[in-house]
Amino acid sequence: MEAQEKPKVAFFSFTCCEGCQLMVLSCERELPDILNHVKIVNFREAMTEKSDDYDIAFVEGSISRKDEIRKLRKIRKQAKIVVALGACSSTGGLNCLKNRYPMEEVKEKVYGKKAAKSYELIDTIPARPIDAVVEVDYYIHGCPISKKEFLSFLTALLMGKKPEVVNHPVCVDCKMAGNICVFEKGLSCMGPVSRAGCDAICVTYGTWCWGCRGPVDNPNTDSHEETLKRYGLTVESVVNKFALYGHCKTKNSKH
Amino acid sequence: MKRDLNIKVHEITRVEGHGNIVIDIKKGKIKTLKLEIIESPRFFEMMLRGRRYDEAQHIMARICGICAVSHTSASLRAIEDAMDIKISRQATLLRKLAFDGEMLQSHILHVFFLVVPDLVGAGSIVPLLSSHPDIAKTGLELKRLANEICEVVGGRHIHPISLFPGGVVFTPKAEDLKRLKKELQSTFAGLEATLEFLINNPFPEFSLEREFVSLKARGEYAFYAGEPVSSTGKEIDSKSYTEEVKEYVVEHSSAKHAHSSKGTFMVGALARLNNNSRQLNTRAKAALKASGLKLPCYNPFMNNMAQLIECFHATEEAIGFIDELLDIGPRNEPLAKPKGHGRGVGIVEAPRGTLYHEYEIGKDGLIKNAECIIPTGQNLRSIEDDLHAYVPSVLHMPKAEIAKGVETLVRAYDPCISCSTHIMDVSFIE
Repeated sequence: MEAQEKPKVAFFSFTCCEGCQLMVLSCERELPDILNHVKIVNFREAMTEKSDDYDIAFVEGSISRKDEIRKLRKIRKQAKIVVALGACSSTGGLNCLKNRYPMEEVKEKVYGKKAAKSYELIDTIPARPIDAVVEVDYYIHGCPISKKEFLSFLTALLMGKKPEVVNHPVCVDCKMAGNICVFEKGLSCMGPVSRAGCDAICVTYGTWCWGCRGPVDNPNTDSHEETLKRYGLTVESVVNKFALYGHCKTKNSKH
Repeated sequence: MKRDLNIKVHEITRVEGHGNIVIDIKKGKIKTLKLEIIESPRFFEMMLRGRRYDEAQHIMARICGICAVSHTSASLRAIEDAMDIKISRQATLLRKLAFDGEMLQSHILHVFFLVVPDLVGAGSIVPLLSSHPDIAKTGLELKRLANEICEVVGGRHIHPISLFPGGVVFTPKAEDLKRLKKELQSTFAGLEATLEFLINNPFPEFSLEREFVSLKARGEYAFYAGEPVSSTGKEIDSKSYTEEVKEYVVEHSSAKHAHSSKGTFMVGALARLNNNSRQLNTRAKAALKASGLKLPCYNPFMNNMAQLIECFHATEEAIGFIDELLDIGPRNEPLAKPKGHGRGVGIVEAPRGTLYHEYEIGKDGLIKNAECIIPTGQNLRSIEDDLHAYVPSVLHMPKAEIAKGVETLVRAYDPCISCSTHIMDVSFIE
């Protein structure tokens, strides 16, 4: 990136709720400052102007239709850096829950027989993360992403540093937040094996960790199993919980 | 005017999701006019099947990043209806407070980020930061505060955490509520300035009579709860709403359309205002009067003004909820437990209109079936009807102006295409 010229940034959206783009728009206080350092050239949800000349592409959403595969490949060809923005993009996210059923059944149940057979717009394929289609340079995890993580990622990238991806379990963040352990409340939790970076916000606000960032790179599953046993819980109960966000990547693995 | 015109707006901008507008006119007659919804559908009904009841609100929130609190609320109310769960007054107040936060957040995002640029001829809010710094900064500040309401109650606005079957699993501290109240009280000046701005930059004149559907509640302007009613005076039974609100599939849209027994109807801020304006609180009534908006109003462009009037209402209402919460404590409470299972319906007024969730929950607590009707889906037919009436009235104008006009008209509905699957792009064919 030239020191003089502001890097050109584009945002793209595939199959998702667009919540991660909105998280970017909710940086109200930081937005004017961000715009001093980058030029946003493509952000359909917020601006009319569109350009196909960009350096950094933030991509949210899973890939779940054939035309999305073509669009994503085009983005990869243009961008110097491709960043997976949020769970749907980085791990497939919740969208993968539909992969539990044959696609014909999925289409028919929601749109009816006639439409399922012939309507191109609903011709869905099993949902997948974007790295199942193209090479990805960086991942920003979470459903939704954390504003703090997005801002520190962007800062690192603009300063020419390699942005770090958190690779410790949610239990670490949870301890830092001073929370009471979810297991102590008699509930099961994905925290021991799930990727942190979220400040354990779900536990702080009263639930358990849902595992939206997927597992850490080397999850200590034996220790997690021990913890479960200690609290009288079964591995099966957690496997089902993990399937909420882990269906794309964990269906053949132990956890 | 016997003109040929072909417009294709590919991927309409400043709307939530992917959509195109296609218009083909031959010798002044409309051959093709459609709003294509090209968003890749998500199949939430299938995603929910077989999951535990207390995961439903978490999953369904993720239909939409803008109205996650609405989906969470409709989901919780469907679960609680199915499982015979009664929640406390404090839990209801906290949920309603979060709901006001979302109503504000969504309306402000739409009015400032998506609509105001049209009124001043800009492509986004970015140039406004230097050309109209007061209004742009007011927008950013109001939006930040709206997000904060949801953060204080639910942990975050996008996919709130603490709203849970049986009540809430987090109770905000009194001092945080007091701080919110103080900030909310200080926002009326910004809302007034915005009202003046909208009055001075008038919306296009256009009118097409139609039916309006919204919830109606006893004793309050319906957002979080109520029974569906039509502007025709018809009351709709919430247990058998599908007899009146019927969905159907059209080939050019991955979002389903809907019609009532009378045909086309509209939902959203303008529908609510038309049906329930008497229940607005003091500030909102004054804003309505000052706006010059006359009811019943059949101009869809005025939906944006209706949204701003609702911002006055939501702000004043939120302050009242905070006062009542502070009277109660607030205190930590256990969740109310399920007492049954079966079919349940949850209906709320999301920012964009009436939102229906319906689940069937088994004895084992697993979801057997789920259905959901989204506001934008209900409005698609109304949007297309409007375009059919609007385009001939502006045929004398240059093509670029027409394209801008139709895009503005679609945008006035604040369509949420992620929700309806997801929307927009305008194309004319010549």
